[in-house]
Amino acid sequence: MKKGFFITAMVTTLLGATVQAETVIVTLEKDNALAIIDPIAGKLLKTVDIGQRPRGIALSPDNKYLYVATSDDNTVKIIETENYEEVGRLPSGEDPETFALNPAGDRLYVSNEDDHLVTVIDVINRKEIAQIKVGIEPEGIAVSSDNKWVVSASETTNMIHWIDVETNQIVENTLVDARPRAASFTADNSQLWVTSEMAGTLMVLDVASKQIIKKIKLDIPSVTTDKIQPVGVVIDKERRWGYVAIGPANRVAVINAQTFEIEKFLLVGQRVWNLAFSPDQKRLYTTNGRSNDISIIDLENHKVTKSVAVGRFPWGLVSKP
Amino acid sequence: MKRLVGRIAFLMVLAVINSAYAENIQKIKISYIAQERKIPAALSNLDDFVQYKGMQGAEIAIADNNTTGQFTGQKFELNKVVVPVDGDIIQLFKQQVTDDITLVISNLPAVQLKQLADLDSAKDKLFFDATTSDDDLRNEQCRQNVLHMLPSRSMRADALAQYMMKKRWNKWFLVTGMTKEDKLYAKAIKRAASRFGMTLVKEKQWTHTYDARRTAQLDVPVFTQGADYDVLVVADEQGLFGEYFEYRSWIPRPVIGTQGLVPTAWHETHEQWGAVQIQNRFKKVAGRGMHEQDYAAYLAGRSIGEAAVRTKSNQLQMIKSYLMGDEFALQGYKGKPLSFRAWNGQLRQPVLLAAARSLVAVAPVEGFLHPKTELDTLGYDQPESACNQGEVSEKTLPTTINKTELNNSESTVQKIIQRLKNYYNKFNGNK
Repeated sequence: MKKGFFITAMVTTLLGATVQAETVIVTLEKDNALAIIDPIAGKLLKTVDIGQRPRGIALSPDNKYLYVATSDDNTVKIIETENYEEVGRLPSGEDPETFALNPAGDRLYVSNEDDHLVTVIDVINRKEIAQIKVGIEPEGIAVSSDNKWVVSASETTNMIHWIDVETNQIVENTLVDARPRAASFTADNSQLWVTSEMAGTLMVLDVASKQIIKKIKLDIPSVTTDKIQPVGVVIDKERRWGYVAIGPANRVAVINAQTFEIEKFLLVGQRVWNLAFSPDQKRLYTTNGRSNDISIIDLENHKVTKSVAVGRFPWGLVSKP
Repeated sequence: MKRLVGRIAFLMVLAVINSAYAENIQKIKISYIAQERKIPAALSNLDDFVQYKGMQGAEIAIADNNTTGQFTGQKFELNKVVVPVDGDIIQLFKQQVTDDITLVISNLPAVQLKQLADLDSAKDKLFFDATTSDDDLRNEQCRQNVLHMLPSRSMRADALAQYMMKKRWNKWFLVTGMTKEDKLYAKAIKRAASRFGMTLVKEKQWTHTYDARRTAQLDVPVFTQGADYDVLVVADEQGLFGEYFEYRSWIPRPVIGTQGLVPTAWHETHEQWGAVQIQNRFKKVAGRGMHEQDYAAYLAGRSIGEAAVRTKSNQLQMIKSYLMGDEFALQGYKGKPLSFRAWNGQLRQPVLLAAARSLVAVAPVEGFLHPKTELDTLGYDQPESACNQGEVSEKTLPTTINKTELNNSESTVQKIIQRLKNYYNKFNGNK
């Protein structure tokens, strides 16, 4: 398999210098596996067994390791990215679901929903170094790329907790709309975008003041409001466009990141959950939990170009050059 | 224990962080009122009898609210009022639910709830009914100062009917018990049947003729003979005979209604949409599974929390208008935001269809559409509602007036005229 992969990679390099090899890796919550996809060819290459109920996934900065939260095994597994074999485990606390890696790749911040904690893990020494009490049912978590802030969104307390990376202490809290799900910093770390699943809104927070500066109601004509449940959110590096996955509305909202106008809604698979850019940010990938596929969006034209069947309950995803 | 210590430590840390607020903490006082019940007769002793259902649900909600409150400078307090079996509920209410407590979570049957809500001293209070399913309390008998957290009988029956329609199990055999509640349940079932095009092929009453020589094993087959049907619908709210029907009917048919496949606000088999977290949290506190009245009381407490935190207020009018407004979106672990129907104070919510060990479906069932929200395919929708005491919103017809306005006869005529004017102006403007 590995050899085949390299040959394909070589052939594509020889054929067209512009085409880069790329791999998308998706966690399959119900299949207890990872799906390995070639997004250029639009093909599922293989699935790899991973452990009970895999959800959150992240890639190390050097692209050599994957971190995968296998929730029902109560651990975050370290997987090398050549043969996808387990090389170690991190002490994640109970029922890890979502987590975030710091820019250096040596700290992992895990949301422990049942215990209302954020666990801080030293990745190198595979040790828990702190537990931070947050609000009820923490879920979305993100680290700013300047490594100043960790933000944790608690779903029942309806707050964004701002954790100082230096001290591992909450220094501020922002009240947001009901059931905040996901949070993403803009590349310049001046804004934090947060989705509210119950209110159907996207909130833009100013990182300096920790206040909401813009609230966008994601109304879609012909879709009833109770289906508007935004979850995953990403913003491109130039802050031209932001993208929000709107769960059971089966759409991704394209938002102008300068004016905050909604440009359009792209129809993708069912129960669209999480989003990831391709490394060159020319494509966006979505996991569609109920239709068991991923959608591939061409970002130059804002068009959905392909969907690839991957397995049962695709949840998290990363893309690797 | 470790967790408890951790939690206390956390609250202490928060207390320090928020010491700035300490001088100026806003208190939100809430009463939980229940009357002790005699242990009723039941068929099965598998389920323990629970006194004061809902109390622990309310307690967890208050604890959740206070976590947020630590950050917002608010403190939620729960004052528990428990009336003995033969106690004077009105007197106790007057004594203990003092003027400074305007928010009341009720674990009382409809009769007592109505008595309390109609008291003069209750005019400036808001009741969160976490117990009844009565349709008349949400229609002709509705009160402006009562919100209903549990689905009405008609919402439950509609939920069942939607799923039956999906399965095409259209022919129903209805068995009704002797109590008043059973008859109300049967009424809702019949309404749902005609709404969703089901056929009641047979209807019978279970009469409890206790005779030592007769047993369920012998009675039920005979009782269910003589009709061809798809499902047996049982109306037995107290659980006195409904369980007899499964596996004992003359022809092999599933049982639905108050037994078998039941429509409910909450169920131990429900785990989706984060539900497993609240199920676990409740179990840790209460030492038992969460029942629907616990869920209802939890939602009542959380509704108050949401409204108080968002409006930064402990004033009844602010809280009430937030709850009845468009912005209110309560997370209820059922995959859709919950809100109140402005016309009758009913909490709109999905209804779970559960078997003893598995969650079968969640209504509204896919495919049942509604112009505003699919949740309003369950129960009495706005045009059908006989409640005209609810909050008058822009959406209601301009001629709708509430009773307070009627009593205040001087302004009534002007108000109606003004409202009609506004309506027609708007109408013409839209043209």
